[in-house]
Amino acid sequence: MDSNSSDRRYVPDRARSVKVLVLGPFAVGKTTFVGTVSEIRPMRTEERMTRAGELVDDLGGLRGKVTTTVAMDFGRVTLADDIVLYLFGAPGQPRFHRMVRSLMEGALGGLVLVDTRRIAESFDAIDLLESAGLPYTVAVNHFDGAPRYDDAALRDALTMADDRPLVWLDARTRASAKQGLISLVTDILSRPRPEPAR
Amino acid sequence: MSPRGHRRNGVVRSYTATGGRAAPSRTSLDEATLLIADPKLPLAGLQAQAYRVMDLCLPGVLSVSEVAHHLRLPGAVTKVVVSGLVDSGHLVARAPFTPTADQHDEDFLRRVLHGLQQL
Ligand SMILES: Nc1nc2c(ncn2[C@@H]2O[C@H](COP(=O)(O)OP(=O)(O)O)[C@@H](O)[C@H]2O)c(=O)[nH]1
Ligand SMILES: [Mg+2]
Repeated sequence: MDSNSSDRRYVPDRARSVKVLVLGPFAVGKTTFVGTVSEIRPMRTEERMTRAGELVDDLGGLRGKVTTTVAMDFGRVTLADDIVLYLFGAPGQPRFHRMVRSLMEGALGGLVLVDTRRIAESFDAIDLLESAGLPYTVAVNHFDGAPRYDDAALRDALTMADDRPLVWLDARTRASAKQGLISLVTDILSRPRPEPAR
Repeated sequence: MSPRGHRRNGVVRSYTATGGRAAPSRTSLDEATLLIADPKLPLAGLQAQAYRVMDLCLPGVLSVSEVAHHLRLPGAVTKVVVSGLVDSGHLVARAPFTPTADQHDEDFLRRVLHGLQQL
């Protein structure tokens, strides 16, 4: 965590990365989740986008077209001496869909955070993951005073397929937050594998 | 259905950050792609941003996103600069893991799970 121990900046030489996205509406706890799980101070990158939702990959020429800067939080946790997990918290607003779709490529899966006071605001993230065919777990980030529905009611409200995992967690504590990731990977392991490429 | 294969749709390309190359071959650069620098290649002649990337990556392995964060560059700009360095051989890109039916991949996923349980 401390900035003068520069070796902590780097990942093990042999590492393979794994990417998981954390999705959901504004203020549902994405940044909190990423920060809780991350072993290093959460980082961010920014993207500049045109009105049409295109990413700008140019330092100079398109300034007049740029309408939005979007920040993306990410964190990292070493799971073995050759495995590093990266978590990306992606913004939920529809105007960032294109960016989120490109972020979904190369991802192992997604975690959709839900606040029970505004369940419908998580539909969008679920739709994005389903249309990408990416495995996901729905995780209720429980806020104090928010309603506690039973799982069946929640699945119904989210129109979730029965085989999609649903967990409750508190994004502020690691022991709880990690349950969302464990659920995701357990689900992926239980799925029939795609055929290997020939 | 594969989530892969339409990578980098919607990226506005231009010559400015790429040093004038028309079509860098950034085939599979991901935010989570790990970058391994080759210390044997000379840095002379690299453009300023490319030089900064190499300076950061020579001591150890980092992801594309971490490079963007540390150098305070937008993610898409970072990908362009990094792609140039992959093309020139200064960096080797190691793409993130995505599972196939291979037994090795299942073993890897089990180790991911084990690592998460240990957190
Ligand atoms: N009570 C409670 N508050 C939370 C929890 N997770 C996040 N928060 C708070 O909710 C607010 C929004 O969280 P943030 O992570 O910034 O949401 P984001 O917009 O999805 O990134 C912050 O003030 C957090 O401290 C949680 O599990 N329980
Ligand atoms: Mg946030």
